[in-house]
Amino acid sequence: MAAIKLPVVITANDLLSGEAVYWHKSGIWSADLTGSQVFESLEQAQASLQQVVSDAVVIGAYLAEVLEEGNRLVSRHYREGFRERGPSNYCHGKQESLRQKVAV
Amino acid sequence: MYAYTEFDRAFVRDRVLQYRDQVKRRLNGSLTEDEFKPLRLMNGVYLQLHAYMLRVAIPYGSLTPRQMRRLADIADKWDKGYGHFTTRQNIQFNWPRLIDTPDILEALADVDMHAIQTSGNTIRNVTTDQFAGAALDEVADPRPYAELIRQWSTDHPEFQFLPRKFKIAITGGSDDRAVIRAHDIGLQLIDLKGRVGFRVFVGGGLGRTPIIGQELHEALPAEDLLPYLEAVLSVYNLAGRRDNKYKARIKITVGEMGIDVFREKVEAAFERLRPAFTGQDLSVLGEIQADFEPPRFLEKSQDVYFSALDSDTHFRAWVERNANPHKHPSYASVTISLKGHGNTPGDASAAQMRVMADLAERFGHEELRVSHEQNIVLPHVAQADLPEIYRQLGKQGLATANIGLVSDIIACPGMDYCALATARSIPIAQDIALRYERRESEIGDLKIKISGCINACGHHHVGHIGILGLDKAGVENYQVTVGGSAGNDAAIGQKMGRGFSFEELMPALDRLIDTYLAVRIDQSEAFVSTVERLGTIPFQEALYVIDKTA
Repeated sequence: MAAIKLPVVITANDLLSGEAVYWHKSGIWSADLTGSQVFESLEQAQASLQQVVSDAVVIGAYLAEVLEEGNRLVSRHYREGFRERGPSNYCHGKQESLRQKVAV
Repeated sequence: MYAYTEFDRAFVRDRVLQYRDQVKRRLNGSLTEDEFKPLRLMNGVYLQLHAYMLRVAIPYGSLTPRQMRRLADIADKWDKGYGHFTTRQNIQFNWPRLIDTPDILEALADVDMHAIQTSGNTIRNVTTDQFAGAALDEVADPRPYAELIRQWSTDHPEFQFLPRKFKIAITGGSDDRAVIRAHDIGLQLIDLKGRVGFRVFVGGGLGRTPIIGQELHEALPAEDLLPYLEAVLSVYNLAGRRDNKYKARIKITVGEMGIDVFREKVEAAFERLRPAFTGQDLSVLGEIQADFEPPRFLEKSQDVYFSALDSDTHFRAWVERNANPHKHPSYASVTISLKGHGNTPGDASAAQMRVMADLAERFGHEELRVSHEQNIVLPHVAQADLPEIYRQLGKQGLATANIGLVSDIIACPGMDYCALATARSIPIAQDIALRYERRESEIGDLKIKISGCINACGHHHVGHIGILGLDKAGVENYQVTVGGSAGNDAAIGQKMGRGFSFEELMPALDRLIDTYLAVRIDQSEAFVSTVERLGTIPFQEALYVIDKTA
């Protein structure tokens, strides 16, 4: 397996909805990548992964590579990009709810 | 159609109750995810990229209008208003919440449906010809045999933990429309001097090791079907490899053992098992066959039909592409394309499902089929009703006349949904369909199949043109194969060379298809025949022309 490139965030799927979620600096799981706790140290990230992940809330937690572009966080790998935004075949899923949020 | 008995209903209801309790225990923390995962999978509930996914079994692809309407209701109430029909003739819902899945299974049970054995190392949904019971070339209707296998294999105590999943397909006609030689077991109904029998193939499969199935038995009497299948499964269950997931399918067992040794072992097991089948299976088969009596065909005036054929070129094009000859001379089997140009192959909205259910009720003797090519079929419609059916389908964007053409693409969900995928499939299918929309009639019969990973759910190995999406150093990359076939001449396509990036793929396909148009004898020579005549080299050169001149 390829070595993990830093920085990373902690991601998982929500137990109830299955939605892709991210561990936030504020100590909550959120569907937005923005606001995620970013780890520059692999040891720290792995320690937090053990600490914050509860089997009663999320499933399949792992570290996902990100890039910091200015103030914006983006996924490094396209797979993570689709998890973050939703399917690319047409606008539905997470991107639809994000768009609705912007419209509000 | 097979009618559920009280036994079937009680079995399915019990499973719903069991599963409801399992979900409750998962949510209250009594079950960990590791404990719960195999339980949810046994009920068709997967976790994908964005959400849970529920795979619902549609036995041999047959649905009643009532069942189709229930699928529409589920899509509206618990999902995002659509469902995705698959190459296994099933339907998948991409967005259910875990907490809702017991209610969904209960709603399915109300209409005699379930999601049992749509996952796991068990015998999966038996697939068959979408024109079963209607096709001109049929020796016998394969559905009663598929139903017999369903009953035998459901919760079969010996075959719940096979080395790997197990897929069986049956075709009833001389023309294989069920891709039987790409299945663990493929069955072809044949005429044995006035009696029905089977030609049996074994060890076919796609995935990372694509293999065309080999003949195991040339003429198996139909009355020996279940004991023979049980013999094959019991040999595989013992000899199949459990040390390596990637070598666990029966195709590897047969390959390592050799077909002759495998056959000897099956014959020995058959001799041992045969006496245990004392005829109960045959009496059950007789009861099942009674449920599959052909409908009472109606004689209707065909004036409107012939007049529409003469006056409406769009209707005529649709009939030519989407209507299949039927046993009854004034009937046809209609394929409703779920491949509107630019749409997601296999997706149907709840509204579209309801229209298809209505049409099956009004004109189709209450029957619908899901084809492995991800379309919906009305197997029995009077030609006289085709103009009205076409009109109603058109209102819902379902009258695309493209069956067998470039845009009638099989595509797996790929990385837009699937957790196993390494690249996207659907946007490639959408781009191809839009790109060739105006030229596809000129191009003619051409089956493109796209998979988003090596597991090959999109059957790319047997596409005339196959496309496999991979992850190459963090970038989507697409390998092209040419010359595959899913029919009687089943063949694995040849890999053409290095893969293409997302952006490079369409121009490469242009070169490939333009080459075909330039070298074919005339329009009657289909792409696959041209490949057969000339080999793949002209196409390989076309694909890599840029490399050659660089």
